[in-house]
Amino acid sequence: MENHKQQQDHITPYSTMLKVLVGLLFLTFVTITVTGLHLGAFTVAVALIIACVKGGIVITWFMHLKNETPIFRYMVFGVLLLYTLIIVITFFDYAFR
Amino acid sequence: MEEHRDDIGSRMGMWIFIFTELLLFGGLFLVYAIYRNKYSADFHTAAHELNAFLGALNTVILLVSSATAAMSITAIQKGNKKLALWLVGITIFMAFLFLVNKYFEWGHKIHLGIYPGSELLLKMEQGELLFFGLYYFMTGLHVFHIIVGMIILTVVMVKINSESINSHNFVLLENGALYWHLVDLIWIFLFPLLYLIT
Repeated sequence: MENHKQQQDHITPYSTMLKVLVGLLFLTFVTITVTGLHLGAFTVAVALIIACVKGGIVITWFMHLKNETPIFRYMVFGVLLLYTLIIVITFFDYAFR
Repeated sequence: MEEHRDDIGSRMGMWIFIFTELLLFGGLFLVYAIYRNKYSADFHTAAHELNAFLGALNTVILLVSSATAAMSITAIQKGNKKLALWLVGITIFMAFLFLVNKYFEWGHKIHLGIYPGSELLLKMEQGELLFFGLYYFMTGLHVFHIIVGMIILTVVMVKINSESINSHNFVLLENGALYWHLVDLIWIFLFPLLYLIT
């Protein structure tokens, strides 16, 4: 009976999740080290880029976006696009008023 | 009897809810960005008051708890009820540790006289006032999400125990874990913005 089965058969191994965790902890360590160097505007850029990478890793593996049907990916992309537009438009308004 | 279930639809609903949460915090990040731009010197002074060590410790706690939440799904898929219960239990325990750290962190600030509406805070520069306002509001809203997450995961644990969540029907565990990853996701951005970039 197909109906009684969970509609997602893919099983992510424990080892994958542990590797992802080690990667995330490593990136946290890198962020703390880099921000401790006081490199001015560069620090902000690096910290934000690493945060985005970590966010991407969490969404892809921990939240299983990798194994979802493509529609989930389009939705996430749409929301990120919307938020980017909100940031850009707000800063244009702020910078040129 | 035929069972009517739509697991993909359930997860999609959860994702749409998560999008609204991301935009809620996204708006706050935008407020932070504009004020940081306007009062960069004050934000620099105020951010030095925060305890980066406690912030880092809480980051590690949340990352580990996120991994255990993710692994609990693997455990239930393999039919290992006992391990799934342990992993969700560890996640809730980690959430509790996060709250303990937050208690000491906020407690210390309040002891120093830095809390919303305090005399000391009102005497500070405009930018410092805004920084601490945003700090308390954003971390406070995040802590609220931690507590909600703990309640959701407790319900999930009870349902795993009663076997209404099992290896054939575990979408509730998946959605509970998705909520917990959201809490982690928000902290990934809060930590560097508030504690590290000074």
